[in-house]
Amino acid sequence: MKKILSITTLIVLLGIAGCKKDEDFLDIPPNAIIPSDVAFSDPALVLSILGDLYTRQLDFSNLKGRPNPESNLGNPNSPDVEAGWRTFADFSESFPSENGSSFLVQRTGWGYNEWRIDWQRSYAYVRELNLFIQRDSASTALSASDKLRFMAEARFLRANFYFDVVKRMGGVPLVTSTLQYDAAKGDASGVQLPRSKESDIYDFVISEAEAIKNQLPNDVNEKSRATKAAALAMEARAALYAGSIAKYGAATPLVALPGGEIGIPVSMSAGYYTKALAAAQEIINGSAGAYQLYKVLPDLSDNFAAIFLDKSSVNQESIFIEDFKAGAGKVQNYTVNNQPYSISDEGGDAGRLDPSLNLVEQFEKLDNTFAPLPTKNASGGLIYYDNQQDIFANRDARLAGTVLLPNGLFKGKRVDIWAGYQLADGSIISSDEAGNLKALPGTTDKVQVVGKDGPINGLEFRTQTGFYIRKWLDPTVGSGRRGRGSDVAFIRYRYAEVLLNAAEAAFELGQKGIAATYMNLVRARAGLTTPLSASDINFDRIVHERRVELAFEGHILFDYKRWRIAHLVWDGTPTTLPDLVANIGKATQRSTQPWGLWPYKIYNPGNSNNGKWIYKEVLPALVTGVNKFQFGNYYSAINDNITSLNPKIVKQPNQ
Amino acid sequence: MRNRFNYIMLFAVFAVAASSCKKDNYPPPSSTLSGKIVYKGEAIGVEYNQVPIQIYQYGFGLVAPINTSVAQDGSYSALLFDGDYKFIIPNGQGPFRWRYTSSGAPDSVAISMKGSQTMDMEVTPYYMIRTPQIAVTGGKVTGTFKAEKIITDANAKNIERVNLYINKTQFVSGNADQNIGKAEIAGSAVTDPNNISMTVSIPSIVPTQNYVFARLGIKIAGVEDMILSQVVKLTF
Repeated sequence: MKKILSITTLIVLLGIAGCKKDEDFLDIPPNAIIPSDVAFSDPALVLSILGDLYTRQLDFSNLKGRPNPESNLGNPNSPDVEAGWRTFADFSESFPSENGSSFLVQRTGWGYNEWRIDWQRSYAYVRELNLFIQRDSASTALSASDKLRFMAEARFLRANFYFDVVKRMGGVPLVTSTLQYDAAKGDASGVQLPRSKESDIYDFVISEAEAIKNQLPNDVNEKSRATKAAALAMEARAALYAGSIAKYGAATPLVALPGGEIGIPVSMSAGYYTKALAAAQEIINGSAGAYQLYKVLPDLSDNFAAIFLDKSSVNQESIFIEDFKAGAGKVQNYTVNNQPYSISDEGGDAGRLDPSLNLVEQFEKLDNTFAPLPTKNASGGLIYYDNQQDIFANRDARLAGTVLLPNGLFKGKRVDIWAGYQLADGSIISSDEAGNLKALPGTTDKVQVVGKDGPINGLEFRTQTGFYIRKWLDPTVGSGRRGRGSDVAFIRYRYAEVLLNAAEAAFELGQKGIAATYMNLVRARAGLTTPLSASDINFDRIVHERRVELAFEGHILFDYKRWRIAHLVWDGTPTTLPDLVANIGKATQRSTQPWGLWPYKIYNPGNSNNGKWIYKEVLPALVTGVNKFQFGNYYSAINDNITSLNPKIVKQPNQ
Repeated sequence: MRNRFNYIMLFAVFAVAASSCKKDNYPPPSSTLSGKIVYKGEAIGVEYNQVPIQIYQYGFGLVAPINTSVAQDGSYSALLFDGDYKFIIPNGQGPFRWRYTSSGAPDSVAISMKGSQTMDMEVTPYYMIRTPQIAVTGGKVTGTFKAEKIITDANAKNIERVNLYINKTQFVSGNADQNIGKAEIAGSAVTDPNNISMTVSIPSIVPTQNYVFARLGIKIAGVEDMILSQVVKLTF
């Protein structure tokens, strides 16, 4: 009886509970997802969403690396990343001292697919930016000032992203709102947009920058988030790119599409240059904050290297950066990969990015003239140097600031770069093992016959050109350990580039005096104190200044593309020694193979040259390919998959 | 017993092998489309693997071209299934102008494959290399030719340079690994296009061989691909 009662009670209770409405039962607020109206009610939550969008920016070169297009089916959560150091390699500005990357100097050109964007991942990012803007503007709980700033930041990211895409692909579909696919109709034509004109994308970047610049903070110390100066720097660079594509694109009429998706009419160039100059001058005249060139350390080379290391408020040169923080989960391995082998914190992990002699020769002498590094005198005899670095004396201070020269100082130690002993008869004593000991002729004591840092052909992780990279290399203790990594920030926009942008725009507008003034500011900081006069400024000077000031900052490919000189500089013909030492400072000087400069020590007891240094130009043995840049490389190919999913997308020219 | 089991296994394997070839395998494409890129019947010589061809077949979902390229002697070929195709040379490729629609866009050629067929593609080159003569004497290769300007209307282009290339293999072009010697005359230095002559010395070849291959070529200003004469084998 008791049993029946309890069972009945249970059934009744269950029945009552079961009568609860299904909706009430199932409709539980999720605790793993924050609904957008909640998220957009709290500035801290909005900032965390924005933080993700900041992290996903697209950079061609970046210390942390870049995801490879179309790897992992565009899943942003498991990107297959190209290592940071390698995004700075290639183009014969450096030699990759890692056997797995030798293909960079062994291929005979670039595929049309090279440097393309991942369409799926890119437009997913654009959609999220558009969603952010839409939700931010719909939010009622945020304060007006927060709302405006978040909105401006997202618009900045979107414009900057389109800028990076247009550099690679030319005109792409310009999506500025969230598109909705009508699944019920099964018709995708509503979301199939044609490519915009190349000029339309640049116009969008410029007009967005103008629209948001006053909604962004005017703060020199804000570098990780968008500021007024960042927007203006982006505008100046974008307008400059558009102007030069318009002007120099006329020289390559085959690199254009009739619909304007590729190519900008030459008539528009002056307008773009004017905008570029105006935007740059707005930063220069201080209306976006007190930015200035970094001039802190007495040694000009150390000072130049420190621009890229100093993240304190002293550094008023960097404008917009990607910051890292050691011990907090956001670090990069650039220093681990590129530190000198003999000073490495991580055993065999070192020395990958070796600047080439092609680049080193570009750094001019302090009297503003170009000359190859002297290895032989006029009669063809070797030049003997007392000290290893004497050959680099009286050069642009940016040389030693960008490149770690033989016997250069890093972390308080000197790198050990020399290729062997040269004897009186000209024969070489060396070894294929770095730092190896051998007895010299006439002696029995074994001595070191080759540097601990090489150079030895084919010996990876040591230099193979005779140089190591110094730019971005972090001297902090522990920065070379994989477990810690480095937290040097990647500078996307900096004041010196703004000055050079202004100089180029002024030059193209015929205002050579202004161009000289801006360029001299940058040059004086590098120890080139004899100013260039207005008549000295020409196209070669503009190209050269950007190449040396902005080396290894991800500019060279896009600069050479927009000037339409890439197919002349990387013309598929091997670079000979005469090519290397003649025409230095000329914009179209051939640079298809990375050369090296190897130091040798003289062993000739009794001779006055004993113990002195000689240098030899060497093409590293692994360099078997040449850079060949074809017309079809000016704009990266659009995947067949994309063109067949959206038939409105026209193909790139020459492909 | 053991023996019989082996026979059974052998028979089973044979049976599987014999039957497997039939059902799920499609026959491979068997129709060859071949031909030459010609101007008035004369084949146009180009650089190896530099002038691409795209053949499209529509009607099977996603559209992507079958890519191939023109051989050095101007010929091309592709092995296809029977069906309807469209043939095009991408815009800007080749030392010639491809056919265009009235609106100026490159036009494709419709091809219906029913068994193998030969189809020459008529194009208009900027220049033609006429009467090329290449000879070897005393360790030097001399080439002479006449450059005839074919396109003389608004699309006309100047000669950037003319070249004589020699190589030890039959792949001869301006590409870094496809010549062991070259002679060059800048377009501005060409005084008489009807009589262009160049000489190049044959460098020492390792391992020794007593022949080289040679070609003459014209680089047209603003056009990427060179027009080249047919490869000539020279024995010395």
